[in-house]
Amino acid sequence: MEHIRTTKVEQVKLLDRFSTSNKSLTGTLYLTATHLLFIDAHQKETWILHHHIASVEKLALTTSGCPLVIQCKNFRTVHFIVPRERDCHDIYNSLLQLSKQAKYEDLYAFSYNPKQNDAERLRGWELIDLAEEYKRMGVPNSNWQLSDANREYKICETYPRELYVPRIASKPIIVGSSKFRSKGRFPVLSYYHQSKEAAICRCSQPLSGFSARCLEDEHLLQAISKANPANRYMYVMDTRPRLNAMANRAAGKGYENEDNYSNIRFQFVGIENIHVMRSSLQKLLEVNGTKGLSVNDFYSGLESSGWLRHIKAVMDAAIFLAKAIAAESASVLVHCSDGWDRTSQVCSLGSLLLDPYYRTIRGFMVLIEKDWISFGHKFSERCGHLDGDPKEVSPVFTQFLECVWHLTEQFPQAFEFNEAFLLQIHEHIHSCQFGNFIGNCQKEREELKLKEKTYSLWPFLLDDQKKYLNPLYSSQSQKSAVLEPNTVSFNFKFWRNMYHQFDRTLHPRQSVFNIIMNMNEQNKQLEKDIKDLESQIKQRKTKQTDGILSKELLNSVRPESPALKATLSLKEQALLPVNNVLRTIEGSSPADNRYSEYADEFSKAEPAVVSLEYGVARMTC
Amino acid sequence: MTWGDQALFIQRTPCCAEVPAWWVQLHAFSVQGLFGKNSEQLTNSSSGLELEGSVRGRRVESPTDNTEELWLLHSNIDAIDKRFVGPLGTIIIKCKDFRIIQLDIPGMEECLNIASSIEALSTLDSITLMYPFFYRPMFEVIEDGWHSFLPEQEFELYSSTISEWRLSYVNKEFSVCPSYPPAVIVPKAIDDDALRKVATFRHGGRFPVLSYYHKKNGMVIMRSGQPLTGTNGRRCKEDEKLINATLRAGKRGYIIDTRPLNIAQQARAKGGGFEQEAHYPQWRRIHKSIDRYHILQESLIKLVESCNDQTQNMDRWLSKLEASNWLTHIKEILTTACLAAQCLDREGASILIHGTEGTDSTLQVTSLAQIILEPRSRTIRGFEALIEREWLQAGHPFQQRCAQSAYCNSKQKWESPVFLLFLDCVWQILRQFPCSFEFNENFLIMLFEHAYASQFGTFLGNNESERCKLKLQQKTMSLWSWVNRPSELSKFTNPLFEANNLVIWPSVAPQSLQLWEGIFLRWNRSSKYLDEAYEEMVNIIEYNKELQAKVNLLRRQLAELETEDGVQESP
Repeated sequence: MEHIRTTKVEQVKLLDRFSTSNKSLTGTLYLTATHLLFIDAHQKETWILHHHIASVEKLALTTSGCPLVIQCKNFRTVHFIVPRERDCHDIYNSLLQLSKQAKYEDLYAFSYNPKQNDAERLRGWELIDLAEEYKRMGVPNSNWQLSDANREYKICETYPRELYVPRIASKPIIVGSSKFRSKGRFPVLSYYHQSKEAAICRCSQPLSGFSARCLEDEHLLQAISKANPANRYMYVMDTRPRLNAMANRAAGKGYENEDNYSNIRFQFVGIENIHVMRSSLQKLLEVNGTKGLSVNDFYSGLESSGWLRHIKAVMDAAIFLAKAIAAESASVLVHCSDGWDRTSQVCSLGSLLLDPYYRTIRGFMVLIEKDWISFGHKFSERCGHLDGDPKEVSPVFTQFLECVWHLTEQFPQAFEFNEAFLLQIHEHIHSCQFGNFIGNCQKEREELKLKEKTYSLWPFLLDDQKKYLNPLYSSQSQKSAVLEPNTVSFNFKFWRNMYHQFDRTLHPRQSVFNIIMNMNEQNKQLEKDIKDLESQIKQRKTKQTDGILSKELLNSVRPESPALKATLSLKEQALLPVNNVLRTIEGSSPADNRYSEYADEFSKAEPAVVSLEYGVARMTC
Repeated sequence: MTWGDQALFIQRTPCCAEVPAWWVQLHAFSVQGLFGKNSEQLTNSSSGLELEGSVRGRRVESPTDNTEELWLLHSNIDAIDKRFVGPLGTIIIKCKDFRIIQLDIPGMEECLNIASSIEALSTLDSITLMYPFFYRPMFEVIEDGWHSFLPEQEFELYSSTISEWRLSYVNKEFSVCPSYPPAVIVPKAIDDDALRKVATFRHGGRFPVLSYYHKKNGMVIMRSGQPLTGTNGRRCKEDEKLINATLRAGKRGYIIDTRPLNIAQQARAKGGGFEQEAHYPQWRRIHKSIDRYHILQESLIKLVESCNDQTQNMDRWLSKLEASNWLTHIKEILTTACLAAQCLDREGASILIHGTEGTDSTLQVTSLAQIILEPRSRTIRGFEALIEREWLQAGHPFQQRCAQSAYCNSKQKWESPVFLLFLDCVWQILRQFPCSFEFNENFLIMLFEHAYASQFGTFLGNNESERCKLKLQQKTMSLWSWVNRPSELSKFTNPLFEANNLVIWPSVAPQSLQLWEGIFLRWNRSSKYLDEAYEEMVNIIEYNKELQAKVNLLRRQLAELETEDGVQESP
């Protein structure tokens, strides 16, 4: 590729991210068309996909070389020291180019080839079928129907072609309403709760300004409430803080006036906008990356970043939504400004709380396809896939995943999938390795011909399903239950395994989860073994009784070969070490944990004091 | 909380009338904690009088009259508040295990009477009037816990490997050091006379003794009180000789002083001090800063207060969690313990650890270092031995430190959650190495509860000398007698345990440390789903064992059939 000037640099140092004393590994850095690769002296490989790179920074030259700091979107941070400035400069420039592509066609997905034929690829794309999903929910039905109004993306470019609306809402009403909504995103069905007959609908803000009205929009809302025979009142949730919504009125936008709409209950829920979220995450990452971080700095940083406060706000909104449906059988219309960020968060989380299907591996994929991909969450802009406006980047989807993680912590048996599944999805919204998250809406994706040129992520995750299963999942106990999480502040914790997923020294050294997961697998194998053995014994026994009856006849049968016995006992031995492999203790070295570095007063205190570094005592005088 | 027919009474139980009652028994149709949360198990019992093992508030549900009973040991009561609204009185009982119970009692007089009774009964002056002296076990004692961990036996474990050490009875009458046990392990080269001299040079007579012997390299951890150098730099040749006796030729040792240098320097003015380089040239001193006394108690008070506030927003919660400094203390203690373990295991150096008295932070560090280094201390039995050796025998003043808990108003200097911090540190390591411990979280919680309020005599008194005078062995039951019964042990056993002989190095980064929810949020959150998940995990493990056993059995059967066949078939 034309951007790569240097493909290999030797004697590069990879610094320990948290060490205050420049502990490092030396190795070789390779630059490929898709990845940056570092191989250390122990042949341990660190692969960094160019698309994962969020920023590259060249720091001031030091005596040992030129420092290069790379921060990734999957929260990996690497700090290299390249011996020669020239090499460093070349790599820096190459990475700048490679990590920010100008055109979609240059993204990895368009060159990634997992050796599948076209039929397989197509089948992969057809794995998740949203029409099927609406059928599962129970639509179309007597109150809801499929509308062809947006079949050619004429009414709303950022919506999918297939939209479900109340049966009594005629096309002129829909068209009229769409003209009164920001970006034409008029109210449509997101989730239908069959037993409560209540619906989650979504849209963007109305163009109400200070006093504008739209009869069609009012009619459409009324149609939504009429489509629910159980409760004629419906909630309208504006997920923005009240002040933001009011400020929008000056720009001719705003929120629904309760006086103009019959039977609505209007509610603000106060989730901040994408810019607040972006800088909140930025602050969080700054705190986390601090070397020699103290407990107090960690918690005050966590507080001032506001990150957990935002997570709680999203969760509270989803709970409000789920309660309205579960407890009051009321339909809910959710919107924010454009209806593709906060609205997606709240609708999808709300559905997840209500419907156990979305807590399965497949159901979760469907949920993401429906509320995020098809309804036009701008993945490419929010994840910064292309070199674009950095102000459009925001961790909205990451927050959604974090909310789901918090739910898995509170309800350890309610989800079929585990944390690794969430982390893997997070990895791929940024990787651009698969086509699912490329582009900002369905129309754009069709234009890019993603289904012909790229692969879908979901079949690959399903193939690997074993890795993502929650061993404690119980499909019975909480299957039908609506999850009612408790959002008292102390239930929200810092998600170490997301924001420090590559900082292994901070993780627990033994994973209960992995052990149980493998034990589950082992149990399945054992069950099979028992069946095999039992049938073998049965065979033998019948053979024996037969044998007694016709002993003479069987005399010719050869006795069981010792070889079979040997394989049996081998198997027995092979079963047990599985545990041992799992229970090895990672990172068990004092040096990894920097005990001595945490003692700040300790080297300055007085001359004869000793400082211990990497297990080597050194005088500091 | 509503009390159906508000019958609260203080029952005089289980024996004679002239001794005080130790239990508050509450009868009601519905019993709820202040936050509508009750995690303890409901036990079906018609008598409601089973005292066995029910230290903490225990609910007993009687199937006959549909009432529930809650039993609360008076000594578990940390503070009580009363309030009156018209004729309705309210008593709020705050327990040492952080639980809060609210009782609504109509009738001011009755309410006052009850309150003053509880107040009087929960603050007994004399130890000998406390419940352990009257408690009669309802279980069969299989093994007398008072004799489970004798120093001689503990020394026996070592004696094959350590020839340079001996068991000394110099403190037989508690005359050399009142807070030491009668038997201590010291270097063989040092005779009892020298020990007596060293004792005069160390705070509280706490001369350096062996705390831990690292079999891997023969290095040791010793602990002591601070040296009494005073302002004029007093020295003691015997002291120097004693600790030097633990060094191999040409080797250096480390002295870990748990105080920051400036505090250690200030201590000189009061006759204390630290080891001067000039007099201990073979030793390198490291100062750490582990807090003590009321600083820790205040930290606990702040933390518990914040955990009990369900209404606070995220910012307030995080800032209060930070302001409590609890996790900072955890980090500091763990880091010091890890550093000590690192010196021992990786540097191959012996260590002497002390702070001021050598009864608090010193013991936190010596015992945690052993958890890290010594696989045996991660078993149930080994951990009990560790508590016995490094806390009880070593003279941690439990009576003083655990007199009051997070709700007390008295704020005495000697009250301090030193032991709870130690347990929390163990929990943090357990979280990081969930398969390396034979015991589970419940075991640590149980020890916390019994350290503060118990029907057993184990944690009474401040040291061996006091325990001897109280004749605890004769007059009370040992906690270990109860715990080490198979029926109890099963509750405290970690199903994931698989013994390993490794040194386990925990992470001490703030991102790796967590609030111990099992203690601090225990009464404030529902643990239903977590408990169910835990049960499911246990089921999977049990099922795995079952299957393994079955597979092995079937294989044997098959093999037998095969040999039979062979016998039959061979002519």
